[in-house]
Amino acid sequence: MVDALVFFIAAGVCLTGALGVILARNPVHSALMLVMTLFGIAVQFVAQEAHFLAAVQVIVYAGAIVVLFLFVIMLLGVDRAQDLELSILPGQRWAALVFGAGSLMVLGALLVVVGEPVTGAKSVGGSASTAENVRLLARSLFSDHVYAFELTSLLLVIAVIGAVVLARKPSQSEPPLVEERGEN
Amino acid sequence: MTGDPLYLDGVDLTDLGIMLIKVLVAFTFLLVATMFMVWFERKLISDMQNRIGPNVAGPWGLLQTFADGVKFFFKEDLRPENADPLVFRLAPYISAVTAFLSFAVVPIGGSFGGGDSGTVTIFGRETFLQVADPPVGILLLLAMSSIAVYGVMLAGWASGSKYPLIGSVRASAQAISYEAALGMATVVVVVLAGTLSTHGIVAAQSGGITRWFLISSGIVPFLVFLIAATAELNRPPFDLVEAEQELVGGFHTEYSSIRFALFFLAEFMNVITMSAIMVTLFFGGPAGPILFGMTWFWPTVWFLLKVLAFLFVFVWFRATLPRLRYDQLMHLGWKLLIPLILFWLMFISLKELRAAYDWNWLVTYGAAIVALAVGTALLLAALRAGDRVYQEELEDA
Repeated sequence: MVDALVFFIAAGVCLTGALGVILARNPVHSALMLVMTLFGIAVQFVAQEAHFLAAVQVIVYAGAIVVLFLFVIMLLGVDRAQDLELSILPGQRWAALVFGAGSLMVLGALLVVVGEPVTGAKSVGGSASTAENVRLLARSLFSDHVYAFELTSLLLVIAVIGAVVLARKPSQSEPPLVEERGEN
Repeated sequence: MTGDPLYLDGVDLTDLGIMLIKVLVAFTFLLVATMFMVWFERKLISDMQNRIGPNVAGPWGLLQTFADGVKFFFKEDLRPENADPLVFRLAPYISAVTAFLSFAVVPIGGSFGGGDSGTVTIFGRETFLQVADPPVGILLLLAMSSIAVYGVMLAGWASGSKYPLIGSVRASAQAISYEAALGMATVVVVVLAGTLSTHGIVAAQSGGITRWFLISSGIVPFLVFLIAATAELNRPPFDLVEAEQELVGGFHTEYSSIRFALFFLAEFMNVITMSAIMVTLFFGGPAGPILFGMTWFWPTVWFLLKVLAFLFVFVWFRATLPRLRYDQLMHLGWKLLIPLILFWLMFISLKELRAAYDWNWLVTYGAAIVALAVGTALLLAALRAGDRVYQEELEDA
């Protein structure tokens, strides 16, 4: 009874948050709604006894990634609703509608065709004792999925280097790409 | 009662009662402790600055904070015209709630070591002297401190005015930067203890001062944690967030009345929680000699004394250290603390692995020293290159 109650409350929070992300007119409100969804998912993780994943979910996604979103929104000053009206690609709305309906249909078809176990494999730990969470996750990451794991870390390093290169000012010997602004 | 957060095995009134009592005690303790912390800080800092400090309300000015608190309730609750109404109201609560929640994982007593596992019997139930002992214990603290960033960040943004925004952008950049060092200093302790649960970490330190992680981890992780925690708390010398000479009041400039009081409360509660966490991670938690009788009583006394020592240290920092400049703050965090604690983490992990797998002593530490030398050389080269670019930019400007 308790777990059903927790599931429905958390699922409700997730869905409300998800709807809020796309319906809110203010980007900051959208980001906050995303945090709400992430919290709902974290609660679902706890209910599945995946405590470590729940903590990581809150620390990494809510604590770091969405904070960075907010940072960008605040620093770029796109936190006013009317800015959203300016950047619509031609045909964007129709394309979004088509693709959205398409993915919804694929998901629905999958649910009908595959039946119950949509994701196939059981969870990494099964219904493991809670203390073993980290150990099982680590074993799975560094044995079965070690290539994917290492490739992801390589990708992240590339992204970091790319960000540094992009953020660097052009060196003084080259002609500046854009007109110097009056700062410094 | 641990490891079953949803009480799937059923719950009865005794469990519920114990839980309620624990929550109430922790809540009241934090509120009262905050009240006295404010008084303690004002009194101590006035002593250090040759002033008298609060001395009118109550004996030795003890009731000053209480008087201020009551005054806050009756002040007008102002909201700037440009403010985002919803988020403006939400932000103080995020700060206060996360401050309360992170204290929940701190074990505030119980005798460890010997045959004891830190349990206390209440109403015939064995239980830990902490509100909750989730299996991911210490991660909950990190999660709460990363959520607390929202309180500050949203407060600044929602005020719809310049100084709060600048203050909150500074605050969140600072908090994110130092969270990395803070987290990795915690990981060193977790590697040594072999568990994430705060209860387990304290249990792993039982049995004498040499078992405290302060000593067995080398002092470096503790120092990094102390510095990062000070920055995370926005305490001096890292209080650029509220640098009144530059930013008026920082993120809470536009707040008044009870909403300001909530920020104030959260700030001081976080100081107490961080001190408690440092005691838990590095100083054996409630560990200490049981002097006579009452085995459940003394650990709590030792715990409180250790926390008090850290509160003193934080006030001492404020009285002695001048505020850092923003670039100095970032340099300290990214170029010194993070590489240092990264190296230390690898070193400690290597030490543990060597002990576990019985690797050759000379080869292991030889490889560690070579790796350290190469890493330091690369880091220094990168820093020098960065400095050169920075100097060139300064000359061009």
